Amino acid sequence: MSVHTAPAHPAVRRWGSLVAAAALWLVLYRLNLPFWDWLIYDALGLSADSAAGSALHFFGYDVVKITLLLIGIIFLVTLLRSFMSLERTRALLGGRREGVGNVMAAGLGVVTPFCSCSAVPAFIGFVSAGVPIGVTMSFLIASPLVNEIAIGLLLGMFGIGPTLLYVAAGLTIAIVAGWALGRMNAQRWVEPFVFETRLRGEIVDSTAGLTWDDRIEMSREEVVTILRKIWPYLLVGIGLGAIIHGWVPTGFFTTYANADNPLGVVVAVLLGVPLYSNAAGVMPLVQSLYGAGLPMGTLLAFMMSVVALSLPEMILLRRVLKPQLIAAFIAVVATGIVVVGYLFNLIL
Amino acid sequence: MDIKILGPGCANCHRLEERTHEAIAELGLDADVENVTDVAEIASYGIMKTPGLVVDDKVVVSGRVPTTREIAQLLAGG
Repeated sequence: MSVHTAPAHPAVRRWGSLVAAAALWLVLYRLNLPFWDWLIYDALGLSADSAAGSALHFFGYDVVKITLLLIGIIFLVTLLRSFMSLERTRALLGGRREGVGNVMAAGLGVVTPFCSCSAVPAFIGFVSAGVPIGVTMSFLIASPLVNEIAIGLLLGMFGIGPTLLYVAAGLTIAIVAGWALGRMNAQRWVEPFVFETRLRGEIVDSTAGLTWDDRIEMSREEVVTILRKIWPYLLVGIGLGAIIHGWVPTGFFTTYANADNPLGVVVAVLLGVPLYSNAAGVMPLVQSLYGAGLPMGTLLAFMMSVVALSLPEMILLRRVLKPQLIAAFIAVVATGIVVVGYLFNLIL
Repeated sequence: MDIKILGPGCANCHRLEERTHEAIAELGLDADVENVTDVAEIASYGIMKTPGLVVDDKVVVSGRVPTTREIAQLLAGG
């Protein structure tokens, strides 16, 4: 009997290394809490009741936890999304009427891979294919608002209840806001060149002909790209969270921003609109503010206004939208977020 | 060979440009590489997700950054 080891089948190697990576992820995730307990409370001898001890513990534990969550979530989401494309979404939306179209656009906004840097070509691509402006806006609102990173982090930090509320609220805002903008006859506020854009050549579907290895490599690169982009936000967010956790007395915020305070949500949204960060940077802050007693509706409203309305995206969109439509866009979305915030504070 | 990189200047566009130059050097091609940053012109190629790679006025990649090897194959095959 000849003894030779056959070279591992590519499929075996591919799925084998994925399973190994998943196992390693799980072990690290499980070891995170005992490790920081040991390091801060035993090795450094800090008390869990002291401000410095609890703040350091919060910081270390959260940095590792959120980084691990992000790696897992971004990888899986990119892998799944590699089966969806803007081209396919546009084909699904082309010729839809408002109403049904807004609902579909919001749903597709969640699952279609999209980054705000492509907002302009996507806008032109949709409109020149005959997708109504309001429907296109539903897509553009849902895409950053109901964001996969936010969904994953909410799930990891607050559980299924708040996550479902967030998704439902985000979709509702995108549907209603897009529909309302459509009703305002928004075409007149779109730069005329958009309607004159003629497509040349054949359309290439961005996901055509991808192999599993391509998809896995794309997902791995996406993890690295996003982490590289957001780590400063992440550290600042968790750092602020740790300071609140350690030094701000419980009840401090609730004096000023409890659920009965009629202005709480409005203030949260007004603070959030000019702030630009992403879900990964806001979530640690939201978590520690929640621990400090702020109501969930106010916090979700704050988070949504930070991620949904960003100055860089507005500047990009200015290329295709007139200032009136940008102003209407901000006003409609901000109003929607405020309403949702009050609603959550009422029912939660 | 006439190569265009479509993209308003995002991180992925720069990465695509780098890899395209690598692929050209690897193959020893004689090619002009031009950056197209104007959104209206980008959109007129029908791509909705940047970056895009256009070879001799034909879109060969849209919305992703292929590996250097894949770009080399695309350039050699085209």
